[in-house]
Amino acid sequence: MSEPVTVRLTVNGVAHEGRCEPRKLLVDFIREDLGLTGTHVGCEHGICGACTVLINGEAARSCLMLAVQANGAEIATVEGLATGGTLHPLQEAFREHHGLQCGFCTPGMLMTALDLLRVNPQPTEAEIREGISAVLCRCTGYHGIVKAVEAAAKVLVPAKRV
Amino acid sequence: MISRSPSLIGARVTRVEDARLLTGRGRYVADLDAPGAVHVAFVRSPHAAAHVGRIDVTRALAEPGVVACLTAADLAPLARPIRAESRTRGYRATDLGALASGVVRHQGEAVAAVVAESRYVAEDAADLVGVDWEPLPAVTDPRAAAAAGPFVHADLGTNVILEREFRTGEVEPAFRAATLVVADRFRFHRHAAIAMENRACLAAWDTGRGDLTLHSTTQIPGMIRDALADILDLPGHRIRVVAPDVGGGFGMKTILYPEEVAVAAIARRLGRPVKWIGDRREDLLTSSQAWDEQVDAELAVDGVGHILGLRATVLCDVGAYSMYPWTASIEAVQVISFLPGPYRVPAYRGAVQAVATNKAPMGPYRGVGRPVSAFVVEGLLDRAARRLQLDPGEIRRRNFVRPDEAPYRSASGVVWDTATFAECLERACRIADYEGLRRQQQEARAAGRSFGIGIASYVELTGVGSAIPASPGADISTGTEGATVRVDASGTVTATFAIASQGQGHETTLAQVVAGTLGARLGDVRVVHGDTAAGPIGSGTYASRTAVIAGGAAVRAAEAVRDKALVIAAHLLEASASDLDVADGVISVRGAGDRRVTLREVARAAYAAGRRLPHGLEPGLEATRYYDPYFGTASGATHIAVVEIDRAVAAVRLHRYVIAEDCGRVINPLVVEGQTIGGLAQGVGAALLEEVVYDGGGQLLTGTLLDYLVPMATDMPPITVEHLDRPSPSTLGGFRGVGEGGTIGAPAAIANAVSDALAPLGIEITELPITPERLFQLLAVC
Ligand code: FES
Ligand code: FES
Repeated sequence: MSEPVTVRLTVNGVAHEGRCEPRKLLVDFIREDLGLTGTHVGCEHGICGACTVLINGEAARSCLMLAVQANGAEIATVEGLATGGTLHPLQEAFREHHGLQCGFCTPGMLMTALDLLRVNPQPTEAEIREGISAVLCRCTGYHGIVKAVEAAAKVLVPAKRV
Repeated sequence: MISRSPSLIGARVTRVEDARLLTGRGRYVADLDAPGAVHVAFVRSPHAAAHVGRIDVTRALAEPGVVACLTAADLAPLARPIRAESRTRGYRATDLGALASGVVRHQGEAVAAVVAESRYVAEDAADLVGVDWEPLPAVTDPRAAAAAGPFVHADLGTNVILEREFRTGEVEPAFRAATLVVADRFRFHRHAAIAMENRACLAAWDTGRGDLTLHSTTQIPGMIRDALADILDLPGHRIRVVAPDVGGGFGMKTILYPEEVAVAAIARRLGRPVKWIGDRREDLLTSSQAWDEQVDAELAVDGVGHILGLRATVLCDVGAYSMYPWTASIEAVQVISFLPGPYRVPAYRGAVQAVATNKAPMGPYRGVGRPVSAFVVEGLLDRAARRLQLDPGEIRRRNFVRPDEAPYRSASGVVWDTATFAECLERACRIADYEGLRRQQQEARAAGRSFGIGIASYVELTGVGSAIPASPGADISTGTEGATVRVDASGTVTATFAIASQGQGHETTLAQVVAGTLGARLGDVRVVHGDTAAGPIGSGTYASRTAVIAGGAAVRAAEAVRDKALVIAAHLLEASASDLDVADGVISVRGAGDRRVTLREVARAAYAAGRRLPHGLEPGLEATRYYDPYFGTASGATHIAVVEIDRAVAAVRLHRYVIAEDCGRVINPLVVEGQTIGGLAQGVGAALLEEVVYDGGGQLLTGTLLDYLVPMATDMPPITVEHLDRPSPSTLGGFRGVGEGGTIGAPAAIANAVSDALAPLGIEITELPITPERLFQLLAVC
């Protein structure tokens, strides 16, 4: 064990400071030290995407990063998506189109889809499939997820124009 | 009579679970905290088979933060071995300790548990435990292992854990009389469930009360509680097993695992909560696996394609242990139980051998055996059709059990309560525009492309009642479930079940059944499940049984509550109960809508009692009812897969997929579609991608998700699913189970589509998954 280090980062707009071992994974820091258990761990080797969060606006796997590497970063997790009890349109679309069953992949899937829609606000179905292929879902067969992202894209684009 | 809110059953309502799961507020085992909890890391065998010599824990214990290092000897006084008994003749049970002692029988089997203040420390210290391993020759080839030693369990003197045979009719004469016999050796490789949430558990021992609470990722809290009572020698009512939000199970989490026993025993020994969160490597090494059969099968038909006889010999590699509660028979026997499919098979012989090897144990997984039987029988039918120059649809039509023959006893003795098989086929062909697809195929072939269409029809028994145990011979009750429906004094309804959810949406669908039957508003019904302390007795969620059995219990309990509510309402309204209607939480006099009381007012009267209740009526407004569907009910479907083979890169491209299925009365189309397509995805994986690979020494070669490939979004085709919606005549509510079907049909349909595409080259698929490498080899010899 090596000496703990201080990690300062912002999660969902709230500044956090914590001390942890340099080897601590970002996902463990988020889950254990910050108590934000919405971000999940499905493999710890970078394949399943359940641990995906936004780091400075871009989707990244928090199991492949150390907490110290995220020092100073702005992080967004699933807990920050809904505002004041109102679901984000993407969350709403997942509910409407049955884009989740067990919900375990869902936080990573939502953050990945959010990143996709930021980069490509009007994706084709093929682009959606390509975009979310970074996250494994074992329950849904992706059918409802693809439909949800398509639907969310329709809602989100006009909203942005206003 | 009484109107309910029937429209709720069958409504496409969004799920109540979603609000928490979408916002990161789900509570999975890893998310649970217990004050003072310590973490376990297991020391696992690197060998497939070895004698376990001295275990040296001194260095591990010296690590700061380590609380304890325990071996089998430490846990033996606290926990008996897990042992799955069965009444099946010739079956051999295996003992499985919470930690292995003496011998390990597969890679990943745990021999020591390191307990520490954090998981990081526990894992560090696990690396410091020294074990004197004495490797033994690994048993990995089931055919060789069936014939001779070495034996996985030396005391058994054989590797054959179970043999079973079904025989109906005159098989040999049928084959002699046949115009055509088609035969092949089919191989369906080993498969892993890969629930996205790995297995995990948290045990807390209340030293004051002497109570154990185990939170586990299990599908079967009730069965785990009962088994732990025996294994830990504790009264059942001192044990509470809770399955909180669980991230997928697919059958793999229907087993009592040694980690659950170990964690419970360690918590008792240390007097502190103990948490184990399995990682993906542990999941791939130790969670139960599926299939892995070799099937030699022959089909005898007459000149117009009528089936005369079917015979098959099945060899099933069941891994190192016969797991509780299902035993090693579950997968193996199911293959021969369902080989006759939805067809009239006048003569049948199916024999199976379940053979132990030094691999992770076999368990039930979505479809259980039936994906294999469908692959075999559907493959044989297509072979026969090709030889007789019949359309694959036509040969099925000629052999389906007809609706007027139901109830029909299949060649293996399973009873089909209805037979909507032909209807499923016609519907699927219509949706897919089958004729159009055949024309497309001709054009594609003319252009030199390999385009194929594959049909698979199957039938499964769901909602299996007490007549047939879900696992042959196992000493467990799987045919019943209970439901408690309670209206509290505020007028809201709590419906409690012993089943558990791993994503199926029971909090929504069972609420629909209760609200619809009771006449309550959907939002007023809360479903509680997955907690043995909360409700009626039951076993859990598996075998496509929850909608049928828990749903039936829900219908009964809700009816009982509704009937009592009507009696009370009649008293309050000074009307006759038979003149009342109930809907949306309001009970009114038919034709005089202003004479009404709310369910809330009725509930208040039920608890306040006094003169507000009819004289002599017992206070309270709740009921517990149990349900046993006895036989269960047939769920059938036809799948059609459309593929094109990219011969240059030996790849199968899935173009389109169509399913027409009969799941009886649909409770929620959204959920049924989700179950069907989710099951299909696992079938696509089984057909094209997923394979657990061990080398000849029993070393797992697919120990990460880079090596074991599950379908990604880009692997899935456009899909159309339609439901026949033919209520089952033999279950309360008319429901049939639908959780597994997608996985049953897909491997067969895709294999048939690939064979169809490659028919001009004379290639017929006999081995799944059809990986690019296998396809390359097949194309190379053409
Ligand atoms: S947990 Fe990070 S990719 Fe799987
Ligand atoms: S919803 Fe279960 S893994 Fe995606």
